[in-house]
Amino acid sequence: MDQLLQHGLNALILGGTYALLGIGLTLIFGIMRVVNFTHGELYSFGAYMMFMWVMFAGVNFFLALVLAVVLGVALGAAIEFLLLRRLRGADIDTTMLVMIGAWIALQNAEQFAWSGVAKSIDNPFPSSPLVLGPVSVSWNRLFVFVVALVLIAGSYALINRTRLGKAMRATFQDRETASLMGVEIGFIHTATFALGSGLAAAAGALLGPVFVVYPTMGDLASLKAFAIVILGGLGSIPGATIGGFILAFMEELGAGYVSSGFRDGMGFLLIILILLVKPTGLFAQKERIG
Amino acid sequence: MTGSAGIELAVEGLTIRFGGLTAVDGMTFQVRTGEVLSLIGPNGAGKTSAFNAITGYIEAVGGDMRYRGTRLNGLKPNQIAALGVVRTFQKTSVFAGQSVHDNVLIGLHLRSRQQPLAILLGLPSVAREEKALLAEAEAILRFVGLQARAAQVASSLPYGELRLLEVAVALAAQPKLLLLDEPVSGMNPVETESFMRLLGEIRAQGVTVLLVEHDMKMVMGVSDRIVCLNHGRIIADGTPAEIRGNSEVVRAYLGERYARAHG
Amino acid sequence: MKRGATIAWLAFLFSVPLWMGDLYVLHVLIVTGIFIIAAMSLNLLLGYTGQLSLGHVAFFGIGAYVSSLVALGFEAHLLPGWLVRLEPKPVWLAMLCGIVFAGLSGWVIGKVSFKVRGAYFVIVTVSFAEVVRLVALNWVELTQGPMALNNIPPLRLGIPGLFELSFLRKPANYYLVLVVAVVSYMLIRRLVNSRAGRAMIALRENEPLANSVGVDVTRVLVLATMISAAMAGAAGALYAHYVRIVDPDVFLFIYTVTMVIMVIAGGKGTLAGPIVGGLIFGLLPEVLRALQIAPEVQWVVYGVLMILVVYFLPDGIVPAARGWWQRRREAPAAGAAPGSPTPEAAR
Repeated sequence: MDQLLQHGLNALILGGTYALLGIGLTLIFGIMRVVNFTHGELYSFGAYMMFMWVMFAGVNFFLALVLAVVLGVALGAAIEFLLLRRLRGADIDTTMLVMIGAWIALQNAEQFAWSGVAKSIDNPFPSSPLVLGPVSVSWNRLFVFVVALVLIAGSYALINRTRLGKAMRATFQDRETASLMGVEIGFIHTATFALGSGLAAAAGALLGPVFVVYPTMGDLASLKAFAIVILGGLGSIPGATIGGFILAFMEELGAGYVSSGFRDGMGFLLIILILLVKPTGLFAQKERIG
Repeated sequence: MTGSAGIELAVEGLTIRFGGLTAVDGMTFQVRTGEVLSLIGPNGAGKTSAFNAITGYIEAVGGDMRYRGTRLNGLKPNQIAALGVVRTFQKTSVFAGQSVHDNVLIGLHLRSRQQPLAILLGLPSVAREEKALLAEAEAILRFVGLQARAAQVASSLPYGELRLLEVAVALAAQPKLLLLDEPVSGMNPVETESFMRLLGEIRAQGVTVLLVEHDMKMVMGVSDRIVCLNHGRIIADGTPAEIRGNSEVVRAYLGERYARAHG
Repeated sequence: MKRGATIAWLAFLFSVPLWMGDLYVLHVLIVTGIFIIAAMSLNLLLGYTGQLSLGHVAFFGIGAYVSSLVALGFEAHLLPGWLVRLEPKPVWLAMLCGIVFAGLSGWVIGKVSFKVRGAYFVIVTVSFAEVVRLVALNWVELTQGPMALNNIPPLRLGIPGLFELSFLRKPANYYLVLVVAVVSYMLIRRLVNSRAGRAMIALRENEPLANSVGVDVTRVLVLATMISAAMAGAAGALYAHYVRIVDPDVFLFIYTVTMVIMVIAGGKGTLAGPIVGGLIFGLLPEVLRALQIAPEVQWVVYGVLMILVVYFLPDGIVPAARGWWQRRREAPAAGAAPGSPTPEAAR
């Protein structure tokens, strides 16, 4: 039972960051219909930014976190502006290819800059874990969980309470009408991509100090993000949030009770099964065929 | 499976709903073998929805559709096509990137019996059939008058010829019942005239035609019978002469005041 | 391509091992050839049928693993409590098994793809490939996991006692790959110029219209995926018995990406596209390596090149080259009919 609780707690914490990844991608995928292969690279970018600012520049941990997210947003905006703008209206495989090209370039640039050796990032938290009865959690992870929750809440507020969010939702539901109503679609796209990328960078910046940082860490993150988006249904923030937690739980339980090797496979198996049964995902409100 | 007393298509109580909107409400009509029946009515009356339901693209929430006795409800579009019921689309629909010739070849899909294994092995029967299909395609293009355009990319065709190509592709599928969805919309009078002649020739081949159209001149000119829809319901069913004088029809199209003024 | 040019081209290709002394170059050509076969198979699904399948490497890897396992023999629990033991079988049989298994998994994906289209399909296929990779990595009893399957026997053909052809050395493998590549090309060309191929193109170009003339979408998808997968499996089997070591890295996403680049940059939906794309992107890393450029920078160049090709030659290199050639021929001829471009007929 204790083990179960511990797994549950771990899953909860992991789920928070997974949710960030998922929310970011569901916005991009949902509003822009872009199969964003660079999402994982923004995740590793966030982690590498933490590494660079904390370990090289000696910047304060929390300040570095803010920097990493801001830079992630900037990088996302740059990618959208430089690469995707020109492809507006092109078919999906063209966009896909450009995203793949960007992914390859980004990942290898990272590898070139920092080499393939895994890096660890110092954190300012006490090293002895907080013990809560039968379970324990490191301060670092607790911090990650809290920040993730704040960001999730922030995203939710942005989408549902602000004008920008309303414009984004309108674009998601019906692009043409939104455009006719005065929504500047180009700006929405840039904002969406930047925001989604920022969330991915945040996830990476949060988890980087928890685990280690290496160039291909983004790949699995990308795939999991897609799994979460499918799980939760395209364009649904609550769906992506819940999806993130579900995936984390499946992974923890899988790793704990089946085999640690299959941990990562759990997510994919889940997607395939769900898609076979309910192709629009668990929480999708609108029918989507491709 | 032979129709009862020459009834090609029997639609009974067809009801179609989209969410809260009832697009078609208890539509009942029949198309007799060999006739040209036109479906008219103002925009939004439910004509294309009916087409979509009959040909399997959307689901009817109620009612029964039978082609020569075979129930169409629940069948997939390609199955319905295999029965001999072929449709065209309201919005110009061709294989844009392919040549005119290849478009028709694709339409000949049901005519061909090539099996994948035979294709891969390169058996001579495949080559023979390909030759026959090529001849067929040429014949169809000549029939609609597009033979000069055979090698051109479909997307480069002028509008009127595009619509002809649509008909050619539909004819390639060997329809016994042809459903044409606004085939002359956007055509100039010359093209419309020419299309009416084509329709006559199609009909002479023994094909039954169900037509949705707004162009009254054409409708009156080619139809044996006309069915008028409004708000998803049939408001009139009869010969062109009967329909022309029908006040309900006039009211539906032109409004109450016109009907009263000219009634 | 005209007959004469094709024959000359083929003759040239067949002659290469006779004068190419550098075995490394032969090796590069062999691997490139294997990738071209895989790219041609992907082109059938991605290019002609328009399905965004990004898990193609799964079929390649399944072909490789199944072929290796049958050739090496294995002993493992296929289900808890059910121990299966297989004695090593002749390699040609193993390769056939690899192709069949790959084809079967293609059948499964084809069935699935009908329910799940477009961008969702991309994700399902990627996930499928990942799952297969993780299975290969973790089912150590069967696949040896990361320790890899070693000492895979090369193909041996012949009548025992009379003669025996062993495909151990590079020249022999070159010919084997070349023959398989030519056969694959012929198969695809036959398919594409037939009723089945036209149905695939119809599905890609205008699905509702295809439906209206009787094209059965599910059947077409299943057929296309099956053949595509079987061919990729063949490429995988060739690979396994050439390099003679197979590990789970064969399922890495980057290989799917390589195939995708080859197809799209070369010209999806054309017969020559994957070949041109395959040659360029198969040989490019070697050229870059010869120029002493660091591997990471190579990949960055790769990525940037991809983006550039997509921007400036969105249909791919082969159609762009054809178009350019067409315009050059029409320019001096004043009688060219305006606005009537000749389409890419049965390529």
